[in-house]
Amino acid sequence: MFTARIKRSGLVIGALAAAALALTACGSANPLDDAGESAEPGTADEIVIGSQAYYSNEIIAEIYAQALENAGHTVERQFNIGQRDAYMPEIESGAIDLFPEYTGNLLEFLDDSATATSSEDVFAALQEALPDNLTALDYAEASDQDTYTVTKAFAAEHSLTSIGDLAKAGVPVTIGAAPEFEQRPYGPAAAKEIYGVDLGFSATGPTTLDALLEGAVQVADIYSADPAFKTEDIVALEDPENMILASNVVPIVGSDIADSIADVINAISAKLTVDQLVALNVQSTVDQKSSADIAKAWLTENGLI
Amino acid sequence: MNLFTDAFAWLFSPERFEGAYALPTLFAQHLYFTALSVIIAALIGVPLGWLIGHTGRGREFAVAVAGAARALPSFGLLILLVLVMGVLRTPEAAVVTFVLLAIPSILAGAYTGFEAIDRRTIDAARATGMTEWQILWKVEVPLGLPLLIGGLRAAVLQVVATVTIAAYVNLGGLGWPIIQGIPLRRFDQVLGGAILVALLALVLDLLFAAAQRAAVPHGLRAARSERDPASRNSSGQNSTDQKPAAEAALSK
Repeated sequence: MFTARIKRSGLVIGALAAAALALTACGSANPLDDAGESAEPGTADEIVIGSQAYYSNEIIAEIYAQALENAGHTVERQFNIGQRDAYMPEIESGAIDLFPEYTGNLLEFLDDSATATSSEDVFAALQEALPDNLTALDYAEASDQDTYTVTKAFAAEHSLTSIGDLAKAGVPVTIGAAPEFEQRPYGPAAAKEIYGVDLGFSATGPTTLDALLEGAVQVADIYSADPAFKTEDIVALEDPENMILASNVVPIVGSDIADSIADVINAISAKLTVDQLVALNVQSTVDQKSSADIAKAWLTENGLI
Repeated sequence: MNLFTDAFAWLFSPERFEGAYALPTLFAQHLYFTALSVIIAALIGVPLGWLIGHTGRGREFAVAVAGAARALPSFGLLILLVLVMGVLRTPEAAVVTFVLLAIPSILAGAYTGFEAIDRRTIDAARATGMTEWQILWKVEVPLGLPLLIGGLRAAVLQVVATVTIAAYVNLGGLGWPIIQGIPLRRFDQVLGGAILVALLALVLDLLFAAAQRAAVPHGLRAARSERDPASRNSSGQNSTDQKPAAEAALSK
């Protein structure tokens, strides 16, 4: 054991360090405010396009970007920003001009008391919920929403086509999904109420697809744009009562430029079906192509550039 | 403060005791994983630490491994193990992760406990004719116990905090309100869960602190307070007191 004598110079250095730390706390800038590069409002002709930190969303944003460039606009890409909490302020402030979003999820974010569930109703509610400086252009058929999905074998074995058929399956059925699904208004509690199905819940989260394929759960919440719909033998059960919140791909654009780009973007939305989006995602995850290549190929194939 | 009052309201609402994710269930799951992981880590780390401390060999290796293992990102390791071991073996994957997290502290506690013992005490024991095993069990283990329990205490604290991630792979625990609450943006739930984890960690820490105090051998405690009441401390050996320590150890 030894005792360290604290020298005066040590005290002074320590005090300075503490003062420096305290002063940094006085700064009012939130270092977490800017997610990535700071977004400045684009110049007059420049359109700033953002995307979520989600490969599928980036592909759609890249499609928008290339189509607009082909139409003569200048585009600035700010992809992979992050979650809604991070990028919504940028969109609302006008720092980002165009963003591919999803009707249902965005509606939920803006107004969690909304009750619309079908594609049409959700889109109408979303248009009302958006602030005045933002416009939603036409929504695409492509969606990235929750589903009640089973393996094709299980569906064949128990003659399942819609969610309600699960009630007659005769075996205990558990659904695997992300943890928050248990509390969603279209979760297991709603399935019981609307379809009369008794579902156990298993918070499989990132392992949901594997759990379904291994048989650990009988039903799984696989998002409708998941490439697994093409690469695995799974099928989404139909939802005739519109229990599940529809979430179609929708371009959110600043109202000031909406008219000038509506034609180009709406043409894309018209061609983007569910199968098309799944195919795009397969190219990214399985074939490992870059979003630029995927976007270019798709636009060319569909005669849009 | 509004968020805190919301969090407490959430904590004390009656739904917390109903359903598959009731608080008692989550507590039990959390404690189960903590206890299981620390026990397995102790079964590995304590004998190894005692071997290193008793023979004095392999110390650098132990220090290096312990240091490196502490830097392991537990969350990444958990996801990796779940992917590698398969989705049907998530409990095993989680326990492996937590065991790897706990071993460094326990290993450190075990061998520093032995290293802090005055060599003269060991020599004296050897001189009186004790075999190595007798020295281990009669001298080193009792004298090293407070530091070992200190290591266990550090390990338990780390594991209790980290078991919150078990909820991410469907193993429940007190991390469940946090992991479910964030996507739902129910921050009262998130804060409530965090408060519970913190409380559990505090309670366990106090228990282990008491255990650490109680683990100081009687002779050592008596000798210390007799010699110098002002310098009484409870955090392990004070190796400046050789004679009382030697007397105490040999009086067993």
